[in-house]
Amino acid sequence: MTHPGEITRRQLLRRIGITAFAAGPGAGLLAACATAGTGGGNEPAPAPSATLPTSADPKNPFGVDPKKPLEVVIFSGGYGDAYAKDLHEELYKKEFPGVTVKHTATQEIGTQLRPRLIGGDAPDVINNSGPKSMDLAALAAEGHLADLAPLFDAPSIDDPAKKVRDTVTPAVLDNALVTGKDLVLNYTVSHRALWYNARLFADKGWKVPTTWEEFTALGETAKGEGVLLFAYPGQKGPYYQLWNVLYTAAKIGGNQVILDIDNLVDNAWNAEPMKRAVTVWVDIQTKYGDKAYFGLDHTQTQIKQLQNKVLFYPVGSWIENEMAKDKPDDFEYAIAPIPEVTGSDKMPYGAIQVGVGENFVVAAKGKNPQGGLEYLRIMLSKEGARRFTELTKNVTVVNGAAEGVDLPAGLRSAARAQDAAGQNIITEARFEGWYKELFDYGTEQINVVMAGRITPDEFCARMQKKADAVKKDESVTKQTRSR
Amino acid sequence: MGRLRTYGFVAGFLAVPLVLYTVFVISPYVQAFQLSLTSWNGYSSVVRYVGLDNFGRLLEDEVFWRALRNHGILLLVLPLATIVIALLFAFLLNLGGGPRGAGMRGVWGSGFYRVVFFFPQVLAVAVVGVLFQAVYRPDADGVINGVLARFGVEPVGWLIEPDLALWSIIAVMVWQAVGFYVVLFSAGMAAIPKDYFEAAALDGAGRIRLFFSITLPLLRDTVQVGWIYLGIAAFDGFALVQVLAGDKGEPDGATTILPITIYNTAFSYQKVGYASAMGVALFFLTVTFAVLTLRTTRRERVEL
Repeated sequence: MTHPGEITRRQLLRRIGITAFAAGPGAGLLAACATAGTGGGNEPAPAPSATLPTSADPKNPFGVDPKKPLEVVIFSGGYGDAYAKDLHEELYKKEFPGVTVKHTATQEIGTQLRPRLIGGDAPDVINNSGPKSMDLAALAAEGHLADLAPLFDAPSIDDPAKKVRDTVTPAVLDNALVTGKDLVLNYTVSHRALWYNARLFADKGWKVPTTWEEFTALGETAKGEGVLLFAYPGQKGPYYQLWNVLYTAAKIGGNQVILDIDNLVDNAWNAEPMKRAVTVWVDIQTKYGDKAYFGLDHTQTQIKQLQNKVLFYPVGSWIENEMAKDKPDDFEYAIAPIPEVTGSDKMPYGAIQVGVGENFVVAAKGKNPQGGLEYLRIMLSKEGARRFTELTKNVTVVNGAAEGVDLPAGLRSAARAQDAAGQNIITEARFEGWYKELFDYGTEQINVVMAGRITPDEFCARMQKKADAVKKDESVTKQTRSR
Repeated sequence: MGRLRTYGFVAGFLAVPLVLYTVFVISPYVQAFQLSLTSWNGYSSVVRYVGLDNFGRLLEDEVFWRALRNHGILLLVLPLATIVIALLFAFLLNLGGGPRGAGMRGVWGSGFYRVVFFFPQVLAVAVVGVLFQAVYRPDADGVINGVLARFGVEPVGWLIEPDLALWSIIAVMVWQAVGFYVVLFSAGMAAIPKDYFEAAALDGAGRIRLFFSITLPLLRDTVQVGWIYLGIAAFDGFALVQVLAGDKGEPDGATTILPITIYNTAFSYQKVGYASAMGVALFFLTVTFAVLTLRTTRRERVEL
């Protein structure tokens, strides 16, 4: 065996941009669902239900001992940790004057916390994010995660007449489930589709393409000016393109395409919309792409876009904050929905993916789980959420909390796009968290098909073969979804 | 009594390192062997024994075989290329100037080159990785492709073409290793008595003859040690591959290696038991290689 410490840490630092933000949305899926390999067959005893007693006091619904210290561990990635240290923890201290809050920021969540959880020394609140995030299904099986149902049923801080569950976007509740129980809070909202420079389009008099014909026509125009229509990072970020292809398939064939893939339905990958989606994107790559990007990472690719060498980039709304330092003044991020592919796509033009992410869990076997729940309730208060958005330029799951905040142009464009999309919201692919092995295989194979070394049909067949292998693998905990 | 005191004294010194070694080296090995027989996921409090199932699965795992193929290539190329280049440089630095005055000399400026050759060895692997990311960058901004572009050559995807990727990485490994072996072989050459060279030179042997008839045979032990080091290095490559190619064996499995596969299996896919089985396989591969090398290259020592 080798000692990966040095390199993974270094690589992790380089990845923060992508992981932290991708972990934002990505981790939502990751954690909400999470895979697990509890040794096939001899399952451990069913997790004890970690429901905590509650009190009737709307000011302190969980009966927190105001003197008991609280420990919070934050993944210090793209969001930093100031939002916890200077904001949520301060709010907690304000509520319980004199209490001590131990704050830890790390990029090695799993490395640091796995032994602590197993050893019975769990911190109370854990921001389970980043490439070293923990397998929540496995933790849940051991009863390490506190049930968040009391939190969702508790009165909200801003209006005690309302339950917390009624103050957040419904996707939070869908994604809170780990093997059937409410165990994880997703805190941020992100919008994924194609991102472009609105200022450049305005200057050139270009229109955002709504059909595939317009899309390729724009590709020709751009080609004439030495600009690429589309690029994705083949190093470190090929999963952006895997998402993009999956979302395109969902646009063509409806969210059922992704649901089937997540549920490991037979031949889900060989579905016609999936094949079509891969085919059209391979076509774009061949005609309007550049193979050099297979060897560039996300930062290098994003810089190229900032230099107006790439028109469309498949990513999520975190891109704006991620590139804030490098972004020239005449670059204005805006979101463009995936153009109409077939003319009879199940979802009309305007459909985008809106997902929740950035996982928070409360340790059931920690010293102060009540305090942990209260901490999450504070995060979900208007003040906690609004100031989070101010600090990190990312929107939270709390309804209306971003009102009046001066949002950057990209986030405003995402909000408008969501309004325009209405009910046509593309769902996230949860196999990313449920079956990481399948997802990793997909991120590798997407490069192979996009580079033209295999056909779209072969890509789908290979993915199907891997999905079948996962389905057969008894050591992988299976999860299902109905929406 | 006196004997007891002596042994007590020795044992006193040995106890601490022995305990440290047992706790931090031996016990993890033993535990890996134990875990390789389980289906443990890293979290579960129940550890279930599955016998040799993990090893059976290993035989059918195409990723495992792809990794073995890549290690095979590394094992053939890395030691050979490194040793040949290092020997050549060491010879030039120490003896290449031919006999002059009382002994052999290196080529002109050898003192300077000696330092330069060692530079790559001083750099951390991660730094080397980042450096070569820039060197191999697949567009005209890359160091190599920038030069090629001046001659109108299309940029080459050093790390993204399945036929090139592993070779590009081997080149970096060789580049980094050569410096150390130049120093190692130089030390070996310095130990060869000068009379041998003088005598051979008097008999009219040229530099090439000197190298093959005097230097190489007398360096045999040193070369053998180098071969084993490099062979073991061929089973590693974790950091370089991770930085340069990625952790999924991209492109198309051309850079799949066991250490990264083990790491992913254990920590991304939560199959600690299966990953331990791969670790055990890697352990036996490395040990087998070392033993085989020592056995096949053993022969009578030349007395100097």
